[in-house]
Amino acid sequence: MEFSVNHPILFVIVGMIIAVVVAQSVYFLIKAYRRALELGVDKSVLKKTIISSALFTIAPAIAIVISIVTLAPSLGIALPWLRLSVIGSLSYETVAATNAASGMGKELSDFIGNMTGSEYVTIIIVMTVSILVGIWLAPVLAKKMQKGMSSFEAKDKKWSDILQNSLFIGMISAFVGFVFCDVSRLWTGGAFVEETVNGVEQEVYYSATSGLIPVCVMAVSAVLMLLCGLVMKVTKWKWINDYALPICMVVAMALAIPISNALGG
Amino acid sequence: MKNEKKKLSYMDSIHRDGLVWNLTVMCILIAFPIVVGIIFQAVPDWAAVGKGLIATAPMYWAVGIVETITFIPMLGAGGSYLSFVTGNISNLKLPCALNALESSGYKAQSEEGECISTISIAVSSIVTTIIIIVGVCLIVPLRPVLESDVLRPAFDQLLPALFGALGVVFVSKNWKIAIAPVALMLILFIFVPALDAGMVGIMVPVGVVFTIIMSRILYKKGWL
Repeated sequence: MEFSVNHPILFVIVGMIIAVVVAQSVYFLIKAYRRALELGVDKSVLKKTIISSALFTIAPAIAIVISIVTLAPSLGIALPWLRLSVIGSLSYETVAATNAASGMGKELSDFIGNMTGSEYVTIIIVMTVSILVGIWLAPVLAKKMQKGMSSFEAKDKKWSDILQNSLFIGMISAFVGFVFCDVSRLWTGGAFVEETVNGVEQEVYYSATSGLIPVCVMAVSAVLMLLCGLVMKVTKWKWINDYALPICMVVAMALAIPISNALGG
Repeated sequence: MKNEKKKLSYMDSIHRDGLVWNLTVMCILIAFPIVVGIIFQAVPDWAAVGKGLIATAPMYWAVGIVETITFIPMLGAGGSYLSFVTGNISNLKLPCALNALESSGYKAQSEEGECISTISIAVSSIVTTIIIIVGVCLIVPLRPVLESDVLRPAFDQLLPALFGALGVVFVSKNWKIAIAPVALMLILFIFVPALDAGMVGIMVPVGVVFTIIMSRILYKKGWL
């Protein structure tokens, strides 16, 4: 059979793998839903959880589709579809595919419209093996770690709550720092940054003030969230609490367009 | 057999099912290149596989181990099994679960919180898959829209938009815990040039460990 990165049989195989992954999600969803009802969690709370989680997911999921579009010229559609639906992320997949290509003495852009079956299989192996840690380590560690957390709670409930909040704050603080990572362009000046555009590595120029764009977007999003809280308090509209995060995120993303234009992204 | 089933608690059954599902998906993923190779009679370039793995695997394995240890207590058991299969944890699954827990009012450590977190992550995974399938099916007509220069800044700023809203909720409720790690991360990301956007995944465990240490000190001093 003659190989092509967009051969229909690749879509059939990838579709079957993704069906298994969806089946796992559906299985856990039903199991957790039933258990929550047994525990006395109100159906309306579960309904709100489902709706707000679905709404929250839309914008990040569209960003994942954009990542597929970015990788498609060199790797076809089927492989990025699989890799970004199961475990992967754009940054990881690009690094893994680039390293595999480099092992064959090529660049990722060399594969545009020109990839053999052997090269394709080589790239899949590197991408797959390098990312598999979490999938087997989670079952090894999850039970032990959960028991450890429970014993913390039994010994000292207050510290257990603080520990849980510390985990969340630790993660959020890293992302808050990340938002400021290009602020130094203000004193180092504008910079050319290597980016993959339409599957091709290009140098893109970013102005000195471009590092402020994510900071402004984050600030706008935070202010919107505070406004939502204020409106909720004044009007007693509790439903705002369920949808505030997706609303603030999407509005801040929309406002990122004029902010980027103003600050020269 | 029936008695054995009855004795199994919800949490135990989640761990058992998580093990089965995750190992099944892992085997299927490993089989994918083998099946493609057989169908197209394509033999991998083993030397390139070796070089590619040496350049990629050590770092991602190390990050994977640290991420697994960091994220499991936040995601809960069911959420962990799902998230480590479906990926996009810090930019999608974890914020989604945090938001659901915050809205529901249940604590992450409680069994109710475990269920809410699992439901939230399962729904997020299903919706993500559906949107990606729609995107893949409509990739030709959607391509000009998705790649348009007008929309690009919006999707480039997804993480700041997400963590602005999420951060203000958690930081305002835990400001004493948040001061030191936020200050540390700001200093590191602003003044250490090596810390660029690609390093955030590595800095999450650093932030988590630092926050736990600082919280423990504050707690022992009676300031929390």
